[in-house]
Amino acid sequence: MLETRGLTAFYGDFQALYGIDAALAQGETVAIIGANGAGKSTFLKAVTGLLPSPPGAVRLDGAPIGGLAPARITRLGISLVPEGRRLFPSLSVEENLLIGGYGRAPGGYWNLERVYALFPALAERRRAPGPSLSGGQQQMAAIGRALMANPRILLCDEISLGLAPIVIRDIYNAVPAIKAQGTSILLVEQDIVQAMAVADRVYCFQEGRVSLAGRPSELTREQIHAAYFGA
Amino acid sequence: MTAWLDALLQGIMLGGLYALFAAGLSLIFGIMRLVNLAHGDLIVLAAFVVLVVTTALGLDPFLAALLAAPLLFAFGYALQFILLNRTLGRDILPPLLVTFGLSIIVQNGLLEAFSADSRRLRAGSIETESLSLGGGLAVGVMPLLTLASAVLAILALNFLFYRTSLGRAFRATSDDPETAQLMGIDNKRIFALAMGVAMTVVAVAALYLGMRANFDPTIGPARLIYAFEAVIIGGLGSLWGTLAGGIIIGLAQTIGARIDPEWQILAGHVAFLIVLVLRPRGLFPRAVD
Repeated sequence: MLETRGLTAFYGDFQALYGIDAALAQGETVAIIGANGAGKSTFLKAVTGLLPSPPGAVRLDGAPIGGLAPARITRLGISLVPEGRRLFPSLSVEENLLIGGYGRAPGGYWNLERVYALFPALAERRRAPGPSLSGGQQQMAAIGRALMANPRILLCDEISLGLAPIVIRDIYNAVPAIKAQGTSILLVEQDIVQAMAVADRVYCFQEGRVSLAGRPSELTREQIHAAYFGA
Repeated sequence: MTAWLDALLQGIMLGGLYALFAAGLSLIFGIMRLVNLAHGDLIVLAAFVVLVVTTALGLDPFLAALLAAPLLFAFGYALQFILLNRTLGRDILPPLLVTFGLSIIVQNGLLEAFSADSRRLRAGSIETESLSLGGGLAVGVMPLLTLASAVLAILALNFLFYRTSLGRAFRATSDDPETAQLMGIDNKRIFALAMGVAMTVVAVAALYLGMRANFDPTIGPARLIYAFEAVIIGGLGSLWGTLAGGIIIGLAQTIGARIDPEWQILAGHVAFLIVLVLRPRGLFPRAVD
């Protein structure tokens, strides 16, 4: 469904990605792991159009989407939960959720009611401004906001970053309900254990390249250690 | 005593006109951090558009403004989409330079088209009607309408901002343009719609500008100054603050004029400076900037 071939990305003169080949199939959950600065978030930025990518390097259902504006790519059904949540501070929790479905016809599975059922903590704080929420609640709101677009593909950037283990567990508990709607999920994670537990396949990035790819059950600790840290 | 009460009343109502001048400026700055130096000239341009509609169709200025509003909305949309969007970015200088240039172009274009003669929008007997409040006090119907229109315009803008899906998109784009794009919001269209809305408010401001006194192509920059002062007194990005700012300038001007007619304009600027010294972020600053 989503595929990259030889994807490169630059920040000015600095090259952050060196020809990434990766794929995400319908209904699949894929994790991208790697150390800080390996290019994981850059990869998501290139896929969502926030960073320019070479023509044809990113394809959705075979059609090139590189070069489209981020808003167009989002409307094709790719939603990003950005690193650091990035809730809109002057919008309430509920408004943050509603803006996730901006300009879309209602009728998809995900709506306010179902997001609140998935994350009951949000329902209690629906009128509160985004920044007043705890980190975990903000993360739930950011995921809920992305779901409100009823995406075919959900991209999650470091959703466990800076959260307590018990909160991370609550958030990952929502993954099966999201998958149940046939949504494909691409997770970028530093938390290897969490990523391996939910992913069907894993890519490990190192210095802007794929250093390892495979199914979690088929990869050994040593392989992952080497691919992650560059032994 | 009556004279001072009268000055207070007139000041508050004059504030309505300044708030109308300022609301569009406040809206545009609030949403896209664009300081539109051509705002005053766009008000004058709008007054000429209303004038042309009035004379061409033989209409009352109120009806003419109603017809001009959608034209001005379209003009604002196109201006933002074609020209001003290109100037927005990390650097604040390009929008300042381009709108400064636009100000000169609008002024000279109007001079070419309409000459330097001063004009006026004629509204008939309503211009001189007044309501007696007793005790020797009276308010003109026109100033009252101006203030009422300012309050209505700000109510309508607040409704748009806080009660509609488009308003949420305005606020989200203002908070974080990059993340807003990830919501499927096309920032360029949102900005163009915002300028269209601002020009619609400008149509209302132009109507009262043209009916209150004479206007000619060169008076835009002074209107810009009043609008700026009202926006900054109120606190950047706050619409009710802008109304308060307009009223403070209006009050200062009429009270200044009551002391000595030569002090009218100066008093408004002094009030602005005092607020700037005491509350540099304005009276009602936004919590998030």
